[in-house]
Amino acid sequence: MTIQKENSMLQQKQMLADHFIELTQVQETGKKVVYTFVPGNLTELIYAFDMLPVYPEINALQSGMRKQSGDYIREAEEYGFSEDVCSYVKCDVGMMLQGNIGPTGQKLPPPDLLLLSYTGCFVFMKWFENLKYLYPDAEIAMLHIPYQESGRIEPNAMQYIKDQLTTEVIPKFERVSGKKFDPDKLASKMMLSAQAEDLLVKVFDSAQNKPSPIDAYFGGVYYIGPIFTAFRGSQACVDYYQELHKEVEYRVANGLGPITPDGTLKEEKFRLVVEGPPNWTHFRNFWKIFYDMGAVFVASSYTKVGGLYDEGFRHSPEDALGSLAEYCLGCYTNRNLPQRVDMLDNWITKYQANGFLVNSIKSCNSFSAGQLVIMRELERRLEIPVGFIETDLVDPRYYSFSNIKNRLDSFFQMLEQRTLYTGITS
Amino acid sequence: MKFDNFSEAIQHARTLFEDISFSYASNWKKQNSTRHIIGFLPIYIPREIIHSANMLPVGIFGAGDRIPVVHGDAYFQSYICHLPRTVIELAKSGHLNDFDGFIFPAICDVIRNLSGIFMLDNKQKFIRYLDYPQNFEGNVGGKFYRQELNRLSTDLEKLNGKKVITNELNHSISIYNEQRRLLKLLGDFRSEFPHKLSAVDYYLIQRTAHTMCVEDFNPYLENIFLLLDKLDVEPEDKIRVIISGSFCEQPPIGLIKTIENAGCYIVEDDLQLNLNWITKEIPTDTDDPIGALVDAYINHSIFSSTVYEGDKPKGDQLAEQVKDRKADGVVFCAPSFCDPALLDRPQLEKAMDKHHIRHFSFQYHENLGQFHVIKEQAGTFADTIKLWE
Ligand code: SF4
Ligand code: SF4
Repeated sequence: MTIQKENSMLQQKQMLADHFIELTQVQETGKKVVYTFVPGNLTELIYAFDMLPVYPEINALQSGMRKQSGDYIREAEEYGFSEDVCSYVKCDVGMMLQGNIGPTGQKLPPPDLLLLSYTGCFVFMKWFENLKYLYPDAEIAMLHIPYQESGRIEPNAMQYIKDQLTTEVIPKFERVSGKKFDPDKLASKMMLSAQAEDLLVKVFDSAQNKPSPIDAYFGGVYYIGPIFTAFRGSQACVDYYQELHKEVEYRVANGLGPITPDGTLKEEKFRLVVEGPPNWTHFRNFWKIFYDMGAVFVASSYTKVGGLYDEGFRHSPEDALGSLAEYCLGCYTNRNLPQRVDMLDNWITKYQANGFLVNSIKSCNSFSAGQLVIMRELERRLEIPVGFIETDLVDPRYYSFSNIKNRLDSFFQMLEQRTLYTGITS
Repeated sequence: MKFDNFSEAIQHARTLFEDISFSYASNWKKQNSTRHIIGFLPIYIPREIIHSANMLPVGIFGAGDRIPVVHGDAYFQSYICHLPRTVIELAKSGHLNDFDGFIFPAICDVIRNLSGIFMLDNKQKFIRYLDYPQNFEGNVGGKFYRQELNRLSTDLEKLNGKKVITNELNHSISIYNEQRRLLKLLGDFRSEFPHKLSAVDYYLIQRTAHTMCVEDFNPYLENIFLLLDKLDVEPEDKIRVIISGSFCEQPPIGLIKTIENAGCYIVEDDLQLNLNWITKEIPTDTDDPIGALVDAYINHSIFSSTVYEGDKPKGDQLAEQVKDRKADGVVFCAPSFCDPALLDRPQLEKAMDKHHIRHFSFQYHENLGQFHVIKEQAGTFADTIKLWE
């Protein structure tokens, strides 16, 4: 996919390339490798022990974008996985079975530690239980994050996570890395995280402008979000977001819309909020359907799986472990359904969206179960057009362009009629 | 209620099973104004606490093909398992109106999000998603779980004003201990004499434990034992199998029957796993009954696909079960789209291979109506094992 590159994008490319080079050099450098998940990730802690994170979900989505996921999924199904289960898991397992060649074409090192941050998705637990058999030499640390069932953070949940950090996670980090836990080092990383978080929120908030200078879904996952998870807690991450924020401000000042693979979007016709992960196997084709129609995503739930900062949460050096606990508890899919509805409602209003879309992922129960109810509830509350499409994350068998296009055509028609009607009545 | 003949006793269980309006529970509730009904989804909940709050815990395991799905499909996409649809259907068609609250145990994302749907749809009812620790250290996961149970009993108290107090909770634990003891005996009996107690009858009896109050169920089960003693049935030439993976959405009765008719006596299964979740008698003479329930969960609970494996491989535990029950093989029988069961399957199958245990697998929906393929699979499996033996 060729996209007109801004400085921040080049910076991101370089950071990711450097990260993968570092990963290929662990035999020489002796650095330890931690496989972990995006939601509830403890990136600061991993870096505080000078270890290197690998995110199997990110590998899977990149395999999807590079059209390799279909093969990997087949391999995993031959190994014994059902067609019905999360395609990220199968893509990751298949990639491992075929030699663990990462996105840069080089072999990824096996994990020294599997950090099972079980946050907001039950499948995470099953995923790493399986990986434990595939990487028998790796240590495994479980961090169970209770769900926000009551719609708020219960004190015992906070304490439970802190207890697990001190009795399970940190001792295993120490054992694997051979280093003692240094709270000051963690605190300094948390401080840098908070700076990056301020900037990230400003970037996402810029979508309140008309036209929006960013696409908070496609752009959000393509260049706004990824750096955040992998590099949070580093100066390079802060620098990246400073650059990105500058570029976004420039776009706002000049009335420019978001960048798309075909250049800057000329006319913003529809402002949408979307629930659910994107499809990766046909990412560009999928995105194109929207920008061809002048549709911009002004907010998306998927870009909040790695953490929710809109409501003010920041990683904090004071009570660093408590702050990590609060962060994990607050991830989007760890919030209960009524909270998710309220959040989406709030984004639709705050970003002045004209419509709401659900991209329902066939193999992701964590997101998909309940989406029809979310959709109806928002339609009832806000009386806005809602749309529904179905794809999969990385299983190319479940991307049907014609089905998606048909459904979206009706959705856009509905949006057009509504815009016309609103224009007349106002 | 006393039965003089086995088929009448089973008919009673079948009637309760088929009653999607849960009229037994409604009648139970009518007898006293503080009585409440708490529905719970699979798998495990500490029923003792509900009981001690003068409430009836009633298991809601979907409704199979006993209810047409009218609303449920508008709630769940086709690629989500079937159970939540019939649960919604039960609720929407008024069958759960007499229930005062619902507990959704933390077993998967579907049950989790179903709890949210209930919160949005039933604002006036008590809805609790009950998180269980996946950390099994007493001073970490145990501590968390104790607080969860305390919160649960406080919230129940708000419903009917009945406080959960020590000696009453001890009593509740003891009566459920007795239920567990009787059910274990029944499981052992079924395993030893599967020709006398068919898998369907065994299943129907188990289901009554999730419908009737424990005070009615325990004598009912004692009655069943007396009747079983009198049965005189000759064993058939069938292999012995364990069913694994059906702990939540239930297979249709016809499917259970098909497996046995095809030549496989079912000598162990996980269909009603809640009933034998706790593997040891829980102390009943303590000042801290909540602590006793916590200890039972942390240190004496059965393995399950919904619980973190830790350092006791589930495959080895399943292999042990095969050995204990003298089974010839394992049937992996999981609902379609069921994450916990299906994501466990690759490693469980590999463990069976490692232990030289034969196995085959298939998927089902709770409302499946055609069993030809499964019949053939099970028949071939039985024949192959008999041939090799
Ligand atoms: S089920 Fe969904 S949230 Fe869970 S790992 Fe798969 S894609 Fe991620
Ligand atoms: S059948 Fe499986 S996926 Fe469905 S609700 Fe039950 S445990 Fe969850």
